[in-house]
Amino acid sequence: MGRIDRMDATRRGFLGLAAGSAALVATGGRAQAQRVRTSARIAILGAGAGGTAIANRLANRLEGATITIIDGRQQHWYQPGFTLIAAGLQTASYSISRTGDWLPSGVEWIAEYAANLDPVTQRITTTGGRGVDYDYLIVATGLTLDWDAIEGFSLDMVGQNGVSAHYAGPEYAELSWRALDRFTDTGGVGLFGRPATEMKCAGAPLKITFLAEDIATRKGTRANTQIIYNAQNQALFGVPIVHHRVRQLFGERGIETRYEHVLKSIDAQRKVATYATPAGDVETGYDFINVVPPQRAPQVIRDTDLGWADRWPGQGWIEVDRETLRHARYPNIFGIGDINGVPKGKTAASVKWHQPVVEDHLVAELQGREGTERFSGYTSCPLITRIGRAMLIEFDYNDNLVPSFPGIIAPLEELWISWLMKEIALKPTYNAMLRGLA
Amino acid sequence: MKDLTLQTLIAVWEEMFGRGVFWALVVVAAVVTALYLFVLIRDRRMSMRKFLLAQLSMPVGAVGAVAFVLAITNSRLADMGGPIDWIMLLGIAAVGAVGFAILVYVAQSLVRGGGKAD
Repeated sequence: MGRIDRMDATRRGFLGLAAGSAALVATGGRAQAQRVRTSARIAILGAGAGGTAIANRLANRLEGATITIIDGRQQHWYQPGFTLIAAGLQTASYSISRTGDWLPSGVEWIAEYAANLDPVTQRITTTGGRGVDYDYLIVATGLTLDWDAIEGFSLDMVGQNGVSAHYAGPEYAELSWRALDRFTDTGGVGLFGRPATEMKCAGAPLKITFLAEDIATRKGTRANTQIIYNAQNQALFGVPIVHHRVRQLFGERGIETRYEHVLKSIDAQRKVATYATPAGDVETGYDFINVVPPQRAPQVIRDTDLGWADRWPGQGWIEVDRETLRHARYPNIFGIGDINGVPKGKTAASVKWHQPVVEDHLVAELQGREGTERFSGYTSCPLITRIGRAMLIEFDYNDNLVPSFPGIIAPLEELWISWLMKEIALKPTYNAMLRGLA
Repeated sequence: MKDLTLQTLIAVWEEMFGRGVFWALVVVAAVVTALYLFVLIRDRRMSMRKFLLAQLSMPVGAVGAVAFVLAITNSRLADMGGPIDWIMLLGIAAVGAVGFAILVYVAQSLVRGGGKAD
């Protein structure tokens, strides 16, 4: 943030401290007084955004609990930054930190992946053969990107011959930028789209489409550039009012839209992509393609019976109550983040809103009472429409818009202030969430 | 935003600047404010000459603040999309102007002293 904003921030912070120090002390004191004594063994599966944040919250809230977090990944990825990296606005390092740096001291981190989970015997076995018995389990594994489902595609293609895949990680997002940079230097046909499965951040494929159009315009190659967005069904976004707004903007910007086109395979040699459509397979030649693969629960979760039997077949999202995030058949299991089988909310913003709900119900259980917090389906997407502008879209299970700043920041307007939030405020807020402070 | 409390805001600011830098900035802001109060009390009046120069420096602070924010956020003036954007931009300019003016006034008072010359 700018020097002046810093001054503003410090002044506000200073005045706030001066004026509200009593309130602050009172809040801090309350948090201390509420620590709950327990000897429960709590396992957290996954040390991404959801797992790390709840580990910090529980470590603050509980005394005497044995908290174990299981995740073999050494790097922590700030995933909301991937779009910025893929548009050349940040480098890969922007999204990379170390998993261990975010975890509290009172929590044991087992740096291995889970190989097996048995919800009946309440035991996790890690890939290193270590057994972890738990009384309560929080599933925060995130999801798996099924790259193999796109025939002819492999991650080593990313960055060459117009292939981009920024969902794959920070380094791949940077390689994806190289492909986009070259494409927008010369123009050609650019293909974008999303998978037919549930996915994390359903706005991201739209953002990279808007950004590609904007970058081509800035470079003066827009006239030679054809941009085609392939929607998996009849809508560009799951929330109808947002779909119509994006449809309108795509129309204004000359971005072509094809509905019910799901990427099936690519032929990197011929530069041809094949889409499954209701009328049969359709081949389209490309100069640039952004690949977003089908997404599913990790194998270790799909191997259990935690998933829904009758919803999202083959995807394995766990059967939690959509308001309490507690498992329907195993009441000692909760879900946080992408793994939850709920209609909305595979975003970091939803992870943030999952936190107080799971904390409340778990702590209430330990105290022998009922939790009261409810998750409304809140999902937020700062939908970037060009470098410098975004729409701050927030919605719930009912497809209602639920703006955080009603009357001040219009959700369906392309605004600079919404861009500022994405560029400046989002990562600090995310980091504060990881520490259990926001 | 859920639970937007002062505690949350401070946590976010700490992450934004780094804990050390954030609290250093708080201290700097407090020191400049304290120095401003100090020179006012010491001199027992506002020096209109120093205040004039401080006022003249305000546009520099305003433009500098706006230019800095635009530069670090990959934005341009053309990105302003609605009234709230202009209000935000004017707010940044105003804070820049006032902050810089106070700094200029304090700097003059400390360097030149509260002499009767003005």
